[in-house]
Amino acid sequence: MAAIETTYRDALRQALIDAMTEDASIFVMGEEVGRYGGAYGVTKGLLEMFGENRVVDTPIAEAGIIGAAIGAAMTGSRPVAELMYIDFAGLTMDQVANQAAKSRYMFGGQIGVPMVLRTQGGTGRSAAAQHSQSLEAWFTLIPGLRVVMPATVNDAYHLLRMALKHPDPVIFIEHKALYVRKGELDVDNPDGAWGKSAIRREGTDVTIVTYSKMVFESLAAAEALAGHGVSAEVIDIRCLNPLDDETFITSVMKTGRAMVVTEAVMTSGFAAELSARISERCFDFLEEPVVRVTGEDIPIPVSPALERGAVPSAQLIAETGLWLVKRIAPSWAA
Amino acid sequence: MTKGGNRLLLDLYRTMRRIRTFEERVNELFVRGQTAGSMLHMSIGEEAISGVCRAMEQSDSFTTHHRGHGIFIARGADPNRMMSEIAGKADGYCSGKGGSMHIADMGLGALGANAIVGGGIPHVVGAGLSYRNRGLKNVSVAFFGDGASQQGILYEAMNMAALWKLPVVFCCINNQYGMGTRIDRAAANTNLHERAIACGLNGVAVDGGDVEEVHEMSERVLDSARNGRPGFIAMTCYRHFGHARLDKSPYRDEAEELEGRKRDAVLNARAKLIERQTSDAASLDSMDDEVAKEMNAAVEHAIAAVPPGQDSMFRDVFAMGEPQPRPLRQHLSSILGEAR
Repeated sequence: MAAIETTYRDALRQALIDAMTEDASIFVMGEEVGRYGGAYGVTKGLLEMFGENRVVDTPIAEAGIIGAAIGAAMTGSRPVAELMYIDFAGLTMDQVANQAAKSRYMFGGQIGVPMVLRTQGGTGRSAAAQHSQSLEAWFTLIPGLRVVMPATVNDAYHLLRMALKHPDPVIFIEHKALYVRKGELDVDNPDGAWGKSAIRREGTDVTIVTYSKMVFESLAAAEALAGHGVSAEVIDIRCLNPLDDETFITSVMKTGRAMVVTEAVMTSGFAAELSARISERCFDFLEEPVVRVTGEDIPIPVSPALERGAVPSAQLIAETGLWLVKRIAPSWAA
Repeated sequence: MTKGGNRLLLDLYRTMRRIRTFEERVNELFVRGQTAGSMLHMSIGEEAISGVCRAMEQSDSFTTHHRGHGIFIARGADPNRMMSEIAGKADGYCSGKGGSMHIADMGLGALGANAIVGGGIPHVVGAGLSYRNRGLKNVSVAFFGDGASQQGILYEAMNMAALWKLPVVFCCINNQYGMGTRIDRAAANTNLHERAIACGLNGVAVDGGDVEEVHEMSERVLDSARNGRPGFIAMTCYRHFGHARLDKSPYRDEAEELEGRKRDAVLNARAKLIERQTSDAASLDSMDDEVAKEMNAAVEHAIAAVPPGQDSMFRDVFAMGEPQPRPLRQHLSSILGEAR
């Protein structure tokens, strides 16, 4: 089938439809997933297609939703539990971290929890401190969980399809500002295998390692850098766990410079993990220190100007890249 | 008729009219493109919470949820600073950090305004413990919606309040919808006060279309709570409009909405005032006009107010005088700058 242009939201919905059509054990549960069609419209129309037993509207009870999904996964079903905002993960963390993540190991491999927790995070809607966070590191900290964060339309489809064939719990983190973004969907050709990074732009002077919405900010920055004679390679890691070290390490060995870009905060964020792996493996190849460009170490403010300022922009990434490669300091440099 | 009589009803009418008009003006602010985002949850249809707030003492504390504008108006908050916060401006109650869902005036006894469903409920238990241990006669009231009544934390909190006989009241504003889900699709037993009774609380159900009933019952429940018998008020009302500004309620039909909106504490109070000859239509109209002027001014105030400066984003993560978060640009300078 030829590639079509569609949105991130519709690609996710198509992935659910195709997976549910193929595998009768898959069902969706969560707040407003049925009649409402999902807070961001991802599950629109699924109730009509698959009925109330497979598209389950739940009360507002996040711990219960995730806990019930675990039980369903342990008894032959393959649930997709939707957590409306990743910020609500606080309510679910015992079920996620102590139950879903540990059951296979703690019981000596007797049982698995093949479930997908779909959620979304990030800024862009002036949704304030409790509806805008980038909390992927809460999950990457827990052995036993897989964590994926699609940026492109094609990945929205394929990574969700792959997650729904995975034997272990997958935390599938979407970005609220990407739902309406358009891109190409080719249902026959994923951007890469599960757990493999994608090189979104090739370059020779600096490697930008990133994921989720920051892929697009980084690509815009790479375009701006090209205008200054700087060739940036942009790597979208796609999966935080399992993590493909080889692609970005090979790249940094080639370019000699690395920037890690995340919307999440710097302190103890996933950028620290990426940065450490690059430093460890590429020590002899690095011309400059590995630089993290991340969200500020603050809660997300509601005011639109402050919200924009709290996370990296293409401009900031480009300014940092120019500084790193050409030693041209930005105007704000101290 | 309640203890305060018709003058009290007139007073409550004015408060409820102020809530409704404020919410209508929030809508206007949005249409004019001046709000910080669209996550604006209106409390039109819930104005009878004025009766609960009226039964509270000035020194009592409370927590609210994401749909809390009306509660703050009823407690006496400044509409200008509320509207500024909704616009994300520097002179808003939360300095443009919180927005609509987190408007809170701690000077009025607020202990927060939550966008996590049920997030603020257990805080009243702690406040109750604190009051008891400090020998104060205050009560702490948790305001939340029927949506939050399905969260486990409510049951932990109710059990502790009952067990320790704390001066606490749980006030469930049952507007019949948790986002797009009607209460009978979220709860097998929709008599929410019965759950509280099962926990050992003084649970009552009141009609949110009748502010006098809400006030009278709230006085009784709050008095009991003040004397060590914690309570639960389930106020049934109807959320007249969508969940948030962009929600057009496709999940419910027009007939239901028309019927539901008949539960209107503002119009009911107005009719009673005229019927009892406490006031007349002309006087009430002129009162409404005064309120409209006040709220129009709040809109203009918010539009004219200045946005917060970029540096302010680092303020209040921690207390003043403590080590503060280091801005990213400083960090980058330390790696790439001349001084490295």
